[in-house]
Amino acid sequence: MNDTIIISIIMTVIGASTPILLAALGELIVEKSGVLNLGIEGMMLIGAVVGFAVTLTTGFHLLGIVVAMLASTLSAMLFAYLTLTLTANQVATGLALTIFGIGISSLMGEPYVGKTIEIFSSWFPASLAEHPQLRVIFGYSPLVYLSLILTISVSYFLKKTRAGLILRAVGESDLSAHSIGYSVIGVRYAAVAFGGAMAGLAGCYFSLVLTPLWSEELTAGRGWIALALVVFAAWKPSRLLFGAYLFGAIMTLELHAKAAGFSFIAPELLAAMPYLATIVVLALISLRKSSGLAAPACLAKPFKPST
Amino acid sequence: MTEKTDYRIELSAITKSFPGVLANDNVSFAIKPGEIHALLGENGAGKSTLVKMIYGIMQPDEGEIRWEGEAIKVANPKAARKLGVGMVFQHFSLFEAMTVLENIALGMDAKISQNLLEEKIREVMDVYGLKLDPHRIVSTLSVGERQRIEIVRALLLNPRLLIMDEPTSVLTPQEVAQLFETLRKLSATGCSILYISHKLHEIKELCDQATILRGGKVVGECDPKQETSKSMAEMMIGGDLKQIEKDVKTEFGDPRFVVDNLSQVGEGDFGVALSNISFSVRAGEIFGIAGVAGNGQNELLMALSGEVPTSNADTIKLDGKSVADQNILQRRKHGLCAVPEERNGHAAVVDFSLSDNAILTARERMNLASGGLIKHSEARSYTDNVISTFGVKTTGSASPAGSLSGGNLQKFVVGREIMQNPDVLLISQPTWGVDAGAAAAIHQAIVDLAENGSAIIVISQDLDELLAICDEMAVINEGKLSKTLKVGEASVDEIGLLMGGIHGDPNANQDSVENAHAH
Repeated sequence: MNDTIIISIIMTVIGASTPILLAALGELIVEKSGVLNLGIEGMMLIGAVVGFAVTLTTGFHLLGIVVAMLASTLSAMLFAYLTLTLTANQVATGLALTIFGIGISSLMGEPYVGKTIEIFSSWFPASLAEHPQLRVIFGYSPLVYLSLILTISVSYFLKKTRAGLILRAVGESDLSAHSIGYSVIGVRYAAVAFGGAMAGLAGCYFSLVLTPLWSEELTAGRGWIALALVVFAAWKPSRLLFGAYLFGAIMTLELHAKAAGFSFIAPELLAAMPYLATIVVLALISLRKSSGLAAPACLAKPFKPST
Repeated sequence: MTEKTDYRIELSAITKSFPGVLANDNVSFAIKPGEIHALLGENGAGKSTLVKMIYGIMQPDEGEIRWEGEAIKVANPKAARKLGVGMVFQHFSLFEAMTVLENIALGMDAKISQNLLEEKIREVMDVYGLKLDPHRIVSTLSVGERQRIEIVRALLLNPRLLIMDEPTSVLTPQEVAQLFETLRKLSATGCSILYISHKLHEIKELCDQATILRGGKVVGECDPKQETSKSMAEMMIGGDLKQIEKDVKTEFGDPRFVVDNLSQVGEGDFGVALSNISFSVRAGEIFGIAGVAGNGQNELLMALSGEVPTSNADTIKLDGKSVADQNILQRRKHGLCAVPEERNGHAAVVDFSLSDNAILTARERMNLASGGLIKHSEARSYTDNVISTFGVKTTGSASPAGSLSGGNLQKFVVGREIMQNPDVLLISQPTWGVDAGAAAAIHQAIVDLAENGSAIIVISQDLDELLAICDEMAVINEGKLSKTLKVGEASVDEIGLLMGGIHGDPNANQDSVENAHAH
């Protein structure tokens, strides 16, 4: 195996990992506030289609990304209104959001199927971005660097800032936070909004960077992997980064196996690997007894303040 | 409108209603600077609602709160803290998975660096003799230490009024003494204290003035030092206090329930392991298990009731039969009935009707089901029987368990087990959150059941309760059971020391050991 192959493997792994990292960072914040939003997949699809449509019409990637994030946040606010204000069941509402996202993205994406746009590629000069070796550092879409900055920011936010402390407090004990005088519902709305924006960003990564085109159910269940990843990472941003790249590696196994000419494992089985890995990881984690401490104590519990 | 006043806070004609209940009806009283003022009343008398309005968690419908002479509106807890009102909650508002420091930081409104905050915390702890390690995770602390966090949090704001909501219900006698010392120091600096409790001897010891609430109304004011506990209790319940009729017994029957070296590993992160628990209860005897919450009471109850069976069958014997490997249903057939601590969701299914709830535990012993079919009319008549015998206030056997007040539901679940006439009754926190009238009825029923030759085990955090009804008792601490003590021979100090055990901080225990020796 020579350098070129190794570099291209690293780059595909990072490429495949970035959207699940982005979506999982958002969900991490949502879950830390005590809300379980199972609608990531749906929000990602809405972001993907809106980002693609806006970029195709206007020609500006950044505008596409911003509008996509707004659209996903809007769908997240629908979820927030139902679960936080009306205290609907979070699991059922999240599933409904995913189904809604699949449906509406297919409907909105109809006119755009088969069209292509320019990839949202590296901002570095071509001499760096396309350099045979240096491209392993400089050759990515700006969203990849953004995902790393966001990982560090989320980690810093949770550990070091007062707002992060309040967010964790709300997820840990909503009643206590309420009795001290924090707005539980307000904090949770903000967290869900952030989760929506991040899912939108992750969706854009598919339609503007990875494929650059739109097809139905473009995200292919990656939202669910992001969800599993949050549990796998025990709600810690640093482990989230590691986990995302691990899953990214598993996801691209099929590709690399094909390229390397492996034929003794059915490609279908390899394609199923990330999902199997998700199930195995979740099963292993629930076997481990000490994992109970990691989950926010109020996860998915509706909160109704007494007045 | 500002006028000169001697009072720190005055409440006048405060009224607050919830759908169907008038929680506070025209409540007025006032507290002077440096005064320790007791707010007395039974559960549901409206004490908590009243202080929540002072602390800004709720808003009064009518009436006025004056702070140092000035009429104010307390919009939220932040506003209350700004005025100088601190509050220590009955159910602590703490975050289990966070450190002491983070918990205190969450209660501060001003932005302050962690280092400076830690310095301030150590300062306050020095002044008031409170000991805490700011970097410990709350879930590893004892209840007494957790309360200290709340107190430090309140003290850091230099309060001029500190509200304490039932602060001693979870403390050992030594911890109570320590708390009182802190409160006296605080009142000497001019801080007013509003002390909520239904424990009369504490109020006599600590408070300068008392306001008594009943059914949301002020029914009296008194100087607790001039009153007897009995006179205050009668004001509180608005009638004569029924004494439990219990003969002092020295003769008991054969051992009916014997636990021999029962050990069990703890479940999950917060579970407590039980180690080498041994005791025996004879026919006609009431055996009490005291201890501070979270020392293995739940685990013990589940091991004894059969919710969590053990593989070694001989560790629990019921009338000579080894039952430790049997589940709860099998043990019930052999005559063991149990009432767990939590009424909602553990002892009763909230959304089920009372008669369905009766079927859940009484179907075998009372023959309420046969061949897989429920006998509804038998179930209804059994339920009606429980309701009338135990004076449960409800609209009937068809009403859902969740529609009953805490005290009534407790009477029902206790009655449901006692009416099955068990050979052995296991009961945890029999009167937790229950008013004095209902508590007396439950205590009497337990005593009467023992008279008929049943063996009874009562697990409770309420030492007064155990001393009143038990013949013998032991203390559970960190999953270990102390030696058996005879009620009447054991001193409260001795029991308190056993409750403290090695839990909590070593210095506090050192002090209390010395205190105990001094007595």
